[in-house]
Amino acid sequence: MTTSRPKPLLSRVADSVYWMGRYTERAENVARFIGVNQNLMLDSPRGSGDQWQPIVDTSGDRAAFLNRYGAATKENVVRFLAFDAENPNSICSCILAARENARSVRDTISSEMWEQINKLYLLITDESRKPLPEGLTEFCHNVRMACHLFQGITHATMSHNEAWHFIRLGGMLERADKTTRMLDVKYFILLPSVTDVGTPYDDIQWAAVLKSVSGFEMYRKRFGRISPDRIVEFLLLDSEFPRAVRYCIGLADLSLHSITGTRPGAFSCASEQRVGMLRSELDYAQAESILKSGLHEFFDALETKVNTIDECILGDFFAQKPQSANAAA
Amino acid sequence: MHFSSYDPQSFYDEMFACAGKPRQHARLLVETVEALSDGHLLRYKHAAERLLLQMGITFNVYGDSAGTERIFPFDLIPRIVPADEWDHIERGLKQRVHALNAFIDDIYHDQKILRDNVIPRDVVLSAVSYRKQCHGLNPPWSVWCHVTGTDLVRDRDGVYYVLEDNLRVPSGVSYVLENREVLKTIFPALFEALSVRPVNDYPSHLLEMLESIAPGAAAHPSVVLLTPGIYNSAYFEHSFLAQQMGVQLVEGRDLVVDGGRVFMRTTKGLERVDVIYRRIDDDFLDPEAFRADSVLGVPGLMAAYRNGRVALANAPGNGVADDKVIYAYVPEIIRYYEGADAILPNVPTYLCWRDSDRAYVLEHLAELVVKSANESGGYGMLVGPHSTVQQQQEFAAKIQANPRNYIAQPTLALSRVPTIVGDHFEGRHVDLRPYILCGKDIWVLPGGLTRVAMTKGSLVVNSSQGGGSKDTWVQAASPDLQGGQQQQQ
Repeated sequence: MTTSRPKPLLSRVADSVYWMGRYTERAENVARFIGVNQNLMLDSPRGSGDQWQPIVDTSGDRAAFLNRYGAATKENVVRFLAFDAENPNSICSCILAARENARSVRDTISSEMWEQINKLYLLITDESRKPLPEGLTEFCHNVRMACHLFQGITHATMSHNEAWHFIRLGGMLERADKTTRMLDVKYFILLPSVTDVGTPYDDIQWAAVLKSVSGFEMYRKRFGRISPDRIVEFLLLDSEFPRAVRYCIGLADLSLHSITGTRPGAFSCASEQRVGMLRSELDYAQAESILKSGLHEFFDALETKVNTIDECILGDFFAQKPQSANAAA
Repeated sequence: MHFSSYDPQSFYDEMFACAGKPRQHARLLVETVEALSDGHLLRYKHAAERLLLQMGITFNVYGDSAGTERIFPFDLIPRIVPADEWDHIERGLKQRVHALNAFIDDIYHDQKILRDNVIPRDVVLSAVSYRKQCHGLNPPWSVWCHVTGTDLVRDRDGVYYVLEDNLRVPSGVSYVLENREVLKTIFPALFEALSVRPVNDYPSHLLEMLESIAPGAAAHPSVVLLTPGIYNSAYFEHSFLAQQMGVQLVEGRDLVVDGGRVFMRTTKGLERVDVIYRRIDDDFLDPEAFRADSVLGVPGLMAAYRNGRVALANAPGNGVADDKVIYAYVPEIIRYYEGADAILPNVPTYLCWRDSDRAYVLEHLAELVVKSANESGGYGMLVGPHSTVQQQQEFAAKIQANPRNYIAQPTLALSRVPTIVGDHFEGRHVDLRPYILCGKDIWVLPGGLTRVAMTKGSLVVNSSQGGGSKDTWVQAASPDLQGGQQQQQ
């Protein structure tokens, strides 16, 4: 075969790989939240009460959960977040959706990627048949590592072409969204516990926040002492930590530019414009002014912006394009 | 595991001339298998099955909501076809495909064969798969069957018969390639020693053929593979072939006809499509031309095809020659267009629309295999000797209600190959599906899918009915292998 320009990417395929990226990232994050919470509960003082509700809130599915389960017991929350097929954001549903997406683009992704996502699916279906995983910690660890392996395989075995950038775009937006939501929920639950400030329990709680995004060790190297404001700064604005919102949006911006071929700093479509605006906002933001003007408002606005970017991507790349004028002739 | 207690019984066995006496071409294989340490083969078998599951090399079973994905059972003992047998098969297949293309082209043009009364006009025009929309179409080189998967069987006498032509959207070739990859890891030394011909260039030949039928003189024709989607039983094969050829795997919703041309929707707008290797049935291709309720198809596709703006493989309408009643006339079709007798004979076939044949069939339902003229995959079929009286009565009623739709054939004692069952070998019945590509020239893949009826005594090899597969080793003609094959035909 002679050389020719790169193969065009089908809109349906772009849509599928984007969601494959989002769903694997989402499954990984849910597994993180469950695993860390489980660990945290073991360290809690007696009588400190129910601490499983917040991770349901992090997932954004509070209403659906209360409706179907009621009490936020460990069993209920784990079933809802990990194995509930009717919860579209459970680990089980995410992996199933990621696999269906992968299956529909098997000719686009590498065989190794397909095999890994298929193995993850077999792992989840095996576990979901058991009453409740006895080794919950191990299960969460396995899901997390399997998702990491998938990302590593994706990085190492697939050409970094247009489809690859759509996978990364989906993954980065999902990760930015999850870090934001987790911070939003945790910050306001942990902050009022003034009686605990400065106690070992307070430190443990904040350390758990960092651990849920694998950020504990990296935070220590960057800021040393545990401090809520510095943690917010680290997870929102750090330019090097891969789960920080700013870092994620930066990569999303790079991937979008690779997809469109537009030069850095310019934009050719709505999604590129929105990502670029958010990127500059985060690049030039300062933690102090965010904290002063209201953290919750900032988180809310951030979630809205990420949602808008998602909608713009749909319109710019995936939605069926109207037929050209001469089709009617 | 040993063959010492293996008994070929009264069947034609592909590996043993009689108990304890392997055929010349199978001797080395028998020695190699017997030299493996205990449990070795079973370990390989389990490892291979686990690998297939992990690789997701599965097929979907319709109407089974619980475990919809299954691996296609795979037996490690290959079926060997000696070079001279293969030569005979290859010549027969080329002759047959050539004649069938001439027949289809004639049916959609002058219908000389009907005017010469070689086949009754009614039989052809009443075929469910006859498409009047295809009249006057002129695919390149008058080829209508670009990919064919002919089913061959051997009876007790060892003669190869054509059982079905499978001209429409034959599947299974991906298993040929995957099975070979597995066996290469298990018997690496045998491939060279037995001069087994390679099969992994199939995707290259397929792509070359598809590019050759592109309309106009496109320098880099854009080829796509059209699939019904992930819930189709052959979806794995569709994605596999697209990947191996490096072409786009598309669904109907990815394609759009604009200004008389076919395009696919991409992230950068509409991109032209020149050739569509379609793996969906005629009925679902274009709701404007065929079934209006089809959501799989592309409105306007047939108009673009008719105007020569896009090529379709296989050509719509070619299923007319796949009708099982018309199949019975293929020996005459070959005589008519090729001026020679068929190299590969048909299985004798009773046509229920003939009064005398029907009377015979109804009297002998317990001995015959009855098939519906237009079903495949082992559906709509009665295997007389394995049927109940009630099933026979049901079929008798169906035949009387619609005689045109049924044919019957004697129940063949299909040839067998030793197959791993538990911890030993037992004979299992097989067929053979070679794959034939036809563009300007005809090319036959030196290999094929050997399908195995995994259930003891069963004659139904279809994957939807619990069939499995074996790798098929076609030997290259070489001087030092010719010696002991004089007893082969």
